[in-house]
Amino acid sequence: MTGGSWGLARFVVVRLAATVALLLVASFVVFGLLHLTPGDPARNLLGPRTPNPETLAQIRAQYHLDEPFWQQYLSWLTGVLHGDLGHSIRGNVSVGALIADRAVLTLQLAGLAFVFTLLIALPLGIGAAFRAGSPMDRTVSVLAVVGVGAPSFAVGMLLIYVLGVQWRLFPIYGNGDPGWDRWWHLVPPAITLAIGLAALVYKLTRTAVLNELRQDYVTFARSRGLSHRQTRQLALRNAMIPIVTSLGLVFAFLFGGTILVEVTFGLGGLGALLASSVTFKDIPVVQAITLLTAAVIALTALAVDLTYLVIDPRVRQRATS
Amino acid sequence: MTSLAGLGPADLVDPDDRARRRVPLIPVLCGIPLVAVLFCALFSGWLVPDAAKGDIYSARLPAGSPGHLFGTDQVGRDILQMSIAGARTAIIGPVVIALGSMLIGLLLGTLAGYRGGVVDLLLSKYADLLLALPSTLIALVVAGLVDGGYWATVAVLILLFSPTDIRMIRGATLSQATRPYIESARVLGLSSRRIMFRHLVPNVLNVALTTMLLNVAFALVSMSALSFLGLGIAPGQPDWGRQLSDGRDLLSINAAASIVPGVLLIVTATAINLLGDWWQERAGVEA
Repeated sequence: MTGGSWGLARFVVVRLAATVALLLVASFVVFGLLHLTPGDPARNLLGPRTPNPETLAQIRAQYHLDEPFWQQYLSWLTGVLHGDLGHSIRGNVSVGALIADRAVLTLQLAGLAFVFTLLIALPLGIGAAFRAGSPMDRTVSVLAVVGVGAPSFAVGMLLIYVLGVQWRLFPIYGNGDPGWDRWWHLVPPAITLAIGLAALVYKLTRTAVLNELRQDYVTFARSRGLSHRQTRQLALRNAMIPIVTSLGLVFAFLFGGTILVEVTFGLGGLGALLASSVTFKDIPVVQAITLLTAAVIALTALAVDLTYLVIDPRVRQRATS
Repeated sequence: MTSLAGLGPADLVDPDDRARRRVPLIPVLCGIPLVAVLFCALFSGWLVPDAAKGDIYSARLPAGSPGHLFGTDQVGRDILQMSIAGARTAIIGPVVIALGSMLIGLLLGTLAGYRGGVVDLLLSKYADLLLALPSTLIALVVAGLVDGGYWATVAVLILLFSPTDIRMIRGATLSQATRPYIESARVLGLSSRRIMFRHLVPNVLNVALTTMLLNVAFALVSMSALSFLGLGIAPGQPDWGRQLSDGRDLLSINAAASIVPGVLLIVTATAINLLGDWWQERAGVEA
């Protein structure tokens, strides 16, 4: 093996170790949530059931609550690693089953919102960068500030009123039946999510393209006599690398936005489940969803970094040197 | 007076000066609604003392009813009065959050940026951890499980906002620390505390001000998102987020019940954001 590939291997190993470490710390914090809640953890885990001594003792044994904090954490973590996320205090359903049930809808919502985002943000971002400083660029940039700042639940409520109550174009509430009806129900919430997200992706795209247009090779290509069109194509192809890789993280962070939008539109996805679990102090469910989100985001970030390594030789060089 | 080398007074005016003296559009456009909202926040107790008192006999009135411009909600509270009173929780908490987290940011950020070492490492790891999850999710989970009312939520959000502030101030400090005036202060033998607080801090204040403005807008959205989900606001207390979730059931009877607080939220958040953006560009602060 050459020195270069050793460096590469070391970079990958270090990056993997960092991800595992981050997830371990996150799992520790998530476990600590149980003790953050005011009151006796055993009673909190029991939920609305009447606490008689036997059930309390049973819960204490099940969650190892009499043992020191470290051992509680270790036995909980062992369970999680074996896929046992505990039971919801509402109705004693296994948390894994509960989450799997809801995850599909959240994924559909996030996917649709992502498609809308790309359709709005990429053309506007590229266009604005090509005409930087023009009235069109300034107008869209101000609109992007509005989009980033506007709270999704307020925008969602306005959309429900205009699209659902006034124009009666879309159903205003609920999941709908699986299939086309479901997708039809998901359009307004996906638009709501896409407004905030598109503003972000627009800024990102505009910066990336502007950055490439300022590079020396663009000036050189132009001075060699390449047409405007050809130089732009060159710049665009290079700008796509940072855009595509950061889109991965954008998609992962989309899950934070689904909480409010699902509640606003009365959808039964993971976000709404998290919100109601927090209200009911259904701690096992809260722990599971938080940990799942952290894992999805950490793994996406890892995948993004490794993709960078594969597609961009410059990054590869920097990582190995 | 003879002119210098044939130049008239008009030629001596910097052409940029005219643009600078023109009334700036964005601060004025954003300032008007913000001053109005701020006025309501400070004097709501005097403007609308009975906003939270409902009259059950005039519940669910549509907008435009006599005496109720925007109608009433489920328990007969006037939407206009509620929306004016709601400015209080919408503004006070976020301003306290922005100030509190910037205080932490200035203290720890200058320390991390100027001293480096272990402090720097620990602080940046803490920030990394918080940035590993969507902020909405952390705010919801922590504020929800602690469940201690308005000021506990404010405290939780200060802790969640401070890493960004620490990062911003740290970056600004790092870019200042290598400049000649700091070097000469060190050569003169000033104590590092004096250098940090008398020389570094004044020079990162522009960054601090921009970050604070943007934080107020973000805190406003976060706080009202939590109250929309039923957290941080006592039942019956006027609040825009709470009004939005209460108003959803009234959409077909009195849409103004949710549209008025919704529009107020969007306009306020946007105005603060645009103002922050404008200041950032004017002061030449790097994002």
